[in-house]
Amino acid sequence: MPQASILLIPLLPLIGFLVPALGGKTIFKKQTGWFATFLLAVSTALACSTAWNYFFSYGKENGIYQKHFPFHTTWLQLTDTLSIDMGILLDPISALMIVVVCIVSLMVHLYSLGYMKHEERYAMYFAYLGLFTFSMLGLVLSSNLFQIYMFWELVGVSSYLLIGFYFERPKAVAAAKKAFIVTRFADLGFLIGILALSYQAESLDFVTLLERLTQPNSTYLTQATTSSFLGISSITWGCLLLFMGGAGKSALFPLHIWLPDAMEGPTPVSALIHAATMVVAGVFLIARMFPLYALGAPEVLDIVAYTGAFTALFAALIACTQTDIKRVLAYSTMSQIGFMIFALGVSGYGGTAGLGYSASLFHLFTHALFKAMLFLGAGSIIHFVHSNELKDMGGLRKSLPVTHLTFLIGCLALSGIPPFSGFFSKEGILLAAYQQKPFFYGIGLFTSLLTAFYMFRLYFSVFWNKPQQNTDRIAGDGGLTITLPLLILAAGTCVSGFIPFGQLVSSDGIPFSSSLHLGFAVLPVLLAIAGISLAFLFYQKDNLRAAYWSEKLKGFYKTTYHKFYIDECYMYVTQKIFFNLIGKSAAWIDRNIVDGLLSKTGSGTQVLAEKIKSFQSGKLQSYTTWYLIGIIVLIGLFTFFIH
Amino acid sequence: MTTPGLYHILTISTALFFIGIYGFLTRRNLITLLMCIELILNSVNLNFIAFNKYLWPEKLDGLFFTLFSIAIAAAEAAVAIAIIIHLYRNHHSVDVESAEELKY
Repeated sequence: MPQASILLIPLLPLIGFLVPALGGKTIFKKQTGWFATFLLAVSTALACSTAWNYFFSYGKENGIYQKHFPFHTTWLQLTDTLSIDMGILLDPISALMIVVVCIVSLMVHLYSLGYMKHEERYAMYFAYLGLFTFSMLGLVLSSNLFQIYMFWELVGVSSYLLIGFYFERPKAVAAAKKAFIVTRFADLGFLIGILALSYQAESLDFVTLLERLTQPNSTYLTQATTSSFLGISSITWGCLLLFMGGAGKSALFPLHIWLPDAMEGPTPVSALIHAATMVVAGVFLIARMFPLYALGAPEVLDIVAYTGAFTALFAALIACTQTDIKRVLAYSTMSQIGFMIFALGVSGYGGTAGLGYSASLFHLFTHALFKAMLFLGAGSIIHFVHSNELKDMGGLRKSLPVTHLTFLIGCLALSGIPPFSGFFSKEGILLAAYQQKPFFYGIGLFTSLLTAFYMFRLYFSVFWNKPQQNTDRIAGDGGLTITLPLLILAAGTCVSGFIPFGQLVSSDGIPFSSSLHLGFAVLPVLLAIAGISLAFLFYQKDNLRAAYWSEKLKGFYKTTYHKFYIDECYMYVTQKIFFNLIGKSAAWIDRNIVDGLLSKTGSGTQVLAEKIKSFQSGKLQSYTTWYLIGIIVLIGLFTFFIH
Repeated sequence: MTTPGLYHILTISTALFFIGIYGFLTRRNLITLLMCIELILNSVNLNFIAFNKYLWPEKLDGLFFTLFSIAIAAAEAAVAIAIIIHLYRNHHSVDVESAEELKY
């Protein structure tokens, strides 16, 4: 049975946050990194053993994966029936997620030991990483909606702190604010969604809530589907608003604008937060509430699918034109999250119809490993050339041999080339789309082509393209702390595809075997190879083909390069409409009515005080005279008027 | 010669009281003010005694109150004189007009 030691998995990183945050400047200094890494290594070991035991020893009962609650306590008892609890829910997806979060976080910690060692605020950096890891683990282990919401905000805060880590750069500060405001705006929807759903189900607890709102004959479900607001039933509203929260965190269109800017943070942070873990929180949330979406509000699931598919395509197009290595990877992350989301959107509930669900989480798992590796590799490259721009790179394959190898593996995995892990998970997604909704299959295929193209555009631009540059610098990938995480993640990318994922994670907990159809895999792989070949033609040698085609498709290229002017639209709406119309009138009301009332009260009191202060003359005898007069008046009153 | 009745004594005590008030309001010397307060207190004591003797001769409450009041008056005089001495050290004067810092 699960042990309460699961509690240690999130709590150890919390210690790793508290110790340096409270006394890091004086106590540890340079040892903070090793201290935090050690704590996280213990956490990782615990997480792996927990997941292993869950999947292979006690998790299954009668062939169905059960939900376990190793820890549960009432935190806030609001009324007799309503309480906010703190608990740990262990089921296949949380077991999967703690492993993903711990492993990626451990790799990033290791990498940061070398990468960040010259930083001024080295201790604080590890403290923030610890805070993030704690919050993310808390998020995935949450047993109720309110708890997940709290940890959801905590990961938002730690993301804000880490994006703004270089707070001396104005761009980083702006990016941190943007990320926080956009996700916070989405979380407003999330909160209202939580309230709507828990009001209908009269519970915040995942298991109770899902059971009450998905049982066909339950009174709660009838209530939730019949009560409506603006012609839409409250269960639909709840699911939609919950998805809005998820879309904000997972950078889905149209709430995606913060993710590319978030690349201002340190590169290992981008690998951890903005590629592997935090941005998939939205996917996790939908997966957690999946029975509700599939059985209670299938129309919302369609919206989820369309949003995901659109984001996948849209982000892949932008990724083809960006010139900043981290931004290309950021858009690629958005596109892959779009894949996961639409896989959830096309999935059914139960059995092989739930292939999309399983494939989505499989893709989450494999993507976390290879995208973290790609970002860490990008960190090494940026460190070597001192620039984020692709034009400053080229011919680096001799200078950075380990980075080159691992980056290539990452690119192949992301493009869906067998036998790397991305192939298997993407096949699962495409197969699910093909079986359920062929329209999405088409989008998925086209996006795969684009994915292969932009990843190999990146690969060739960085490692080939030009003759070797920067020969004056000492070639090499850096110390063991830099190369070891890359190699471990690369090994993970090579083998993780062979995990029989349907056996472990499925929508209803019943394992199913997902067999890979070789015939089906031919078309996506051919398309990926086509994308790679195109990139090879354009970017393997420094030539003018790419420039020629971008000139030919000028209008489209320019629009894509400027990210379809989404940021500009937002700026227009916020600056011109919100600030001018609403902001200015609100400011007027604030200044003249709210403030005016207060300052008038203040100045009135002042005038009055000025008038009456002469009574307080300090003259003892005048006080006594007034006192006497008062007494005489009172005596007169009591004698003649009041009986 | 008639024995003095309650009204005689009350007349004296009222006169004493208003003499005290008058002195308190008009004099400038703090010591004199203190003496005026003693007059007021003593007029009250006189009232206690008179009411006790003429209205409830079998009881002793008025006498006890007077004793208390005298004791308190003594303590009050000690405190007041200490304050006045202190004021004198700071202001070189015992004029009540010179001690008016405690204002707004």
